[in-house]
Formats: sequence, C-alpha cells, structure tokens
Amino acid sequence: MIVADKKPIEEIIEEIKGRTKILILGCNECVTVCEAGGKKEVGVLASALRMYFLKDGLDVKIDEKTLERQCDHEYLEEIRDMVDAYDAVVSLACGVGVQFMAEKYHSIPVYPGVNTCFLGAAEDRGLWTERCQACGQCILARTGGICPVSRCAKRILNGPCGGSTGGKCEISNETDCAWQLIIDRLNALGRLEDYETLSPIKDWSTDRAGGPRKVVREDVQS
Amino acid sequence: MRLSYPSSIKIIRVPCTGKLDVIHVLRAFEKGADGVYAVGCMEGDCHFNAGNFRARKRIEQAGKILDTIGVGGDRVRMYNLSSSEGLRFVEYALEMYELINTLGPNPIKTAAKKAA
Amino acid sequence: MKDVKTPSKLEKILAAGHPAVTSECGPPRGSDPEVIVKKAELIKDYVDSVNITDNQTSVTRMCSLAACIRLKLLGLDPVLQMVTRDRNRIALQSDILGAASFDIHNMLCLSGDHQSFGDCAQGQNVHDLDSMQLLQTVRLMRDEGKFLGGGDIERPPKIFVGAAANPFADPFEIRIPRLAKKIAAGAEFIQTQCIYNLDKFEEWMKLARDRGLHEKVYILAGMTPMKSAGMARYMKKRVPGMDVPDEVVKRLADTPKEKQAEVGIDICVESIQRLKECEGVAGFHVMAIEWEEKVPEIVERAGLYPRPEL
Repeated sequence: MIVADKKPIEEIIEEIKGRTKILILGCNECVTVCEAGGKKEVGVLASALRMYFLKDGLDVKIDEKTLERQCDHEYLEEIRDMVDAYDAVVSLACGVGVQFMAEKYHSIPVYPGVNTCFLGAAEDRGLWTERCQACGQCILARTGGICPVSRCAKRILNGPCGGSTGGKCEISNETDCAWQLIIDRLNALGRLEDYETLSPIKDWSTDRAGGPRKVVREDVQS
Repeated sequence: MRLSYPSSIKIIRVPCTGKLDVIHVLRAFEKGADGVYAVGCMEGDCHFNAGNFRARKRIEQAGKILDTIGVGGDRVRMYNLSSSEGLRFVEYALEMYELINTLGPNPIKTAAKKAA
Repeated sequence: MKDVKTPSKLEKILAAGHPAVTSECGPPRGSDPEVIVKKAELIKDYVDSVNITDNQTSVTRMCSLAACIRLKLLGLDPVLQMVTRDRNRIALQSDILGAASFDIHNMLCLSGDHQSFGDCAQGQNVHDLDSMQLLQTVRLMRDEGKFLGGGDIERPPKIFVGAAANPFADPFEIRIPRLAKKIAAGAEFIQTQCIYNLDKFEEWMKLARDRGLHEKVYILAGMTPMKSAGMARYMKKRVPGMDVPDEVVKRLADTPKEKQAEVGIDICVESIQRLKECEGVAGFHVMAIEWEEKVPEIVERAGLYPRPEL
C-alpha cells in the first residue's frame, strides 16, 4: 500500500489560515490502513481545527467527509454537489488523491494533510516499512524476492557494499542490510551460487528518471 | 462507602479504557469540558491485557494535540486504580478538580462567550 | 612478466612481480593546490602510485580528478578514486575521459559512503551504477573503445582498473564470491580494507587462492598505522567492517601515551613484513590518514625501499 504519515497540525493551520469554510476529506484506502488519513483521522483533525479557530474567536466552518478513494473519478464525483460550499479542502489522501482532487475541482484550493512516504507493508502494529520504489522493471526474481532498489540505502544491484555489519546497514543499526537479507534468502533457497551472477546495468528509464510514467492497457479501455 | 466527589465531574462509562479514543477526548473539549481524565485498571491487570496501556498512549496523543491548538495538554490525565479503591477514586477526582480550578476554564468556552 | 594493458606505472610494477606500494592522499576542504602537492612531495619517492580519495565519508572536498591532475603534473602516477554516489553514468564516463585526457592511468571504483555521514546529509544520492557496474564500464570503454550507449570513443582511456575489498566484511559466506564477482566485472587490482587481524586476512587469502583468484587479480593489502590506543578503540568500535583484535588495542594501551604512535608504526611495519610472505599479496596500500609524513619510514623499515625503477 501507499504509506503516509500525518502532517503536523501546525503546518496545516498555517496553510489554511484565513479560510472560513473548510472540508476535511479522507480516503478509505491505503491512508486508512496506515492510520494517517481515514475517517478516524479526519475526525481528529477536524475537531482539533474547530477548537483552534474557536479558541481564537474565529467562525470557521469545518466539515468532514471520507471517500472510498480519491484516485478514481467516480468517487470524487460524490462531492461535486457539496464542494462549492467550501473555500478550501484539506485532503488526507496520498499525493495522488490530493492531485486528482485538484485536477477535478479547479476553483477550490486543495491542501495536503499528510506526507506521502513510500510503498510499504504493515510490518507490525504502528510500524510500516518500505518495500518498493516502483522502478518499473521488477528484478525480484533475481534477488530472492528481496528488493535492493528500495531496501538498500545505495540501491546497489551487486551488493553488499563495505558498510554491511552484523546484518545491518551502515546508515543505522536499525536498518537491515538488504544484501544480507538477499544472501540469507538465496542460502535458504539453496541458490547461493546465483549470487555470483553479475546484475547488469539497470535501465532506469522506467523509474523516476524517465519522466512521468503511464500504463496504457488497450484491452481494458472503453 | 458513600464517598462523595465534586459534582462537576461527569462520568462516562466505557467497557474498558481501551475503548477510549483520541476523538472522544477532543469532542469532550469541543463540547466545553474543562478537563478529561481516564481511570483505568492497574497496569498489568487489564482483562484485555493492553487496554489501559492503549488508553494512556491515547491520552498522551490527545494531550499533544491540545497543546498544539492552544487548549493545553495538561488538561488531560490518565489514572490507574483497582475496582475496590473507592478512596483513591475520590482522591484522583479531587486532584483533577484542583488541577482544573488552577488552570481555569477551557479557553474555547471563554473565546466563544467573548464572540457572543 | 604478465601482459600489460595500460601505461600505468602501478600495473607495470605489479606485472614485473615487484611488491607494489601505494598510498593515499585526501584532497583539502578548500581550493589550495599546495595542500595536495605538499602531501605528495612527502611520499612520492616511497610509493609507486598515489590514490586520491573522492569526497571520502561524504564530506565535500576538492574533486578527486583535479587533485589527480595536480599529481600527474608533478610526474606521479595517480589512482583516481571514483564513487558512484555522486555521478550518473554520463558524469562517470565523462570524468573517465577527462582523466584519460591527462593520461591518468589508474582508477579505483567504489560505491562511496552514504551521504548521511557527511556534510550534505540532506542531499540526493545517485547510484545510477554500482561499483561493479562501474568496473564493467571502464573496461568497456578501454577494451572495446565503446561508450555505454554503444558509440565509439576516439582515443579510448587507458586505465588500469581496481576495486576495494574488505576481507572482514559481513556477510562472511560471500567474502570470496564477492571478490570473484569484482574480478568477473573487470577488476585488475584490489586494495583491501585496513588489516589488523592478520590471521583472519591470511585465512581470506587462502580461500582466495583456493579459487585461484590471486592469479587473476593483484591484491594490495591495506595498511593504516594507528596513532594511539584511542584510535585503535575507535576503529574497533565505530568503523563499520573493521576488525581490530584485542591484542592490538592492548599493545597500544599498555604503551605510555608518548610512545603509542611509535608502536603504531611498529605494528604496521611488522604486519607488512609478515604479509610479504603471504602468497597472493602483490603489494601494500599504505593509508596513513593525515599522517603522510610517516609513509617513508614505514616503507623503508618494511624493506620496501628503494622503489624499483622501470
């Protein structure tokens, strides 16, 4: 899923100061699962903002709404009739949702309520960790199912580097060395000899480097 | 025991303090409460293992938000006692009552009055 | 004498079967060329080639290539260290050509310390290629006269290409496979991490010999003299991938403070003397960090002076 983290309330307040009718818009997908932008977080943020403005004696209307998704036209359409009643939207969706909202409703400013962080998994309660950088050319078949692009601090394809110590990365002893994990996994699969195959120079044109990417599927287009 | 505690304290019963959420605390302040405290079982004695620990974290979280928005995080507290400790219940109630008296009313209320 | 593929002095010395001696200089945090020139003057008659580090520990410094050019102008044989952290494949190939235009004939391919250690912790890192792919790139440019993009290079670079190896690094099971992989990628010489645990290093060399790797690559043993017991403790505890045995720390700690530096040099000289006998050790890479003035003494006392004339 897309993992996001809540923005500090102070930062949101700074952005929306001066607005008088604000919609806090949550998303029921990834950001709900990672507890950054679902219905619950919408409620907490809205309540906090209402109190903040009330305390300053300001009459600011703050409403709450959570959509099934903000990255799909059909769900964003649900607010078409109500959105004109506001002069700002704080979207707690990931960066995709915020932008899709902005693209769809031109005349209303949209502010992000979360920092979109990475593609990751819920490793434990309250702990989300990165697993993928969407490089567009998956090499997991060669690396025992563990991704050096997202999990090695230097995205080294022929690792490890000299900084791997006791299974940990040189950047922090709380970060696993991706190459240690790969080697352990190849070992467990009885495929350690695969380690000696040189990983070729990667085509990064399918990564961020190639510019904005798109996937076109004619078979499912209408 | 028929112990008495300040009548301004309104008790909201929950099945376990683990049921308490940040939003419940915030809503109480929005509706004009001057302080909120949770009274859970003794740490280590939770029937659901971690309910009172969760409550403590949520109270802390609510406190941080209240600090940020200028209402004051010291208006929220977490207490622990066992069900037979009526005296201690009163003690905590008085402590909270004193605290709120020192802090004064919820600033939202005063601001709303001024506006009106 | 083995085949020589480049005009590199280092390669010629190694091919002739002499134990090579290299050292390194860190460029200054400023633009004064005298710093690098002075360091080089101290050691030039005692080593065959001099590595110039590339923004080591991710702290911004004068660029390695410019410092190498300074050495080249003094008539030295520089080893251009290049990390993949700061340059993409365009910049890497372009710098290789720049180096070749000054007839810099040695390069050491590295990935580089993570930028979070340095003075630009908020910066991006590049890592378009990794160190092995950089080795492949240099070899492609030299041997085939081609760019990565397929185009032909006019006057291809003549660069003797090396890599780093850490005989003590984790994970243990791939220390030798990783060396083999670097050789397969094109490494012709190896400069190792600083060696203090000689037993463990000799064991690593044996494993390398078992696979015949010592015949495919020149291995230069890395040597760094300790200045003090404090430095030994720091290296042991804080530097990733460093193996400093307790007896080394003890020997320094048991020495009065004013004599510790001297004992540090003794340990270094003794280590070189012992490893001269180790089959597969083709030379020594003496990294006297900000202590370049001690290199002549170490080289002399280790019986590696005078350096062979070619």
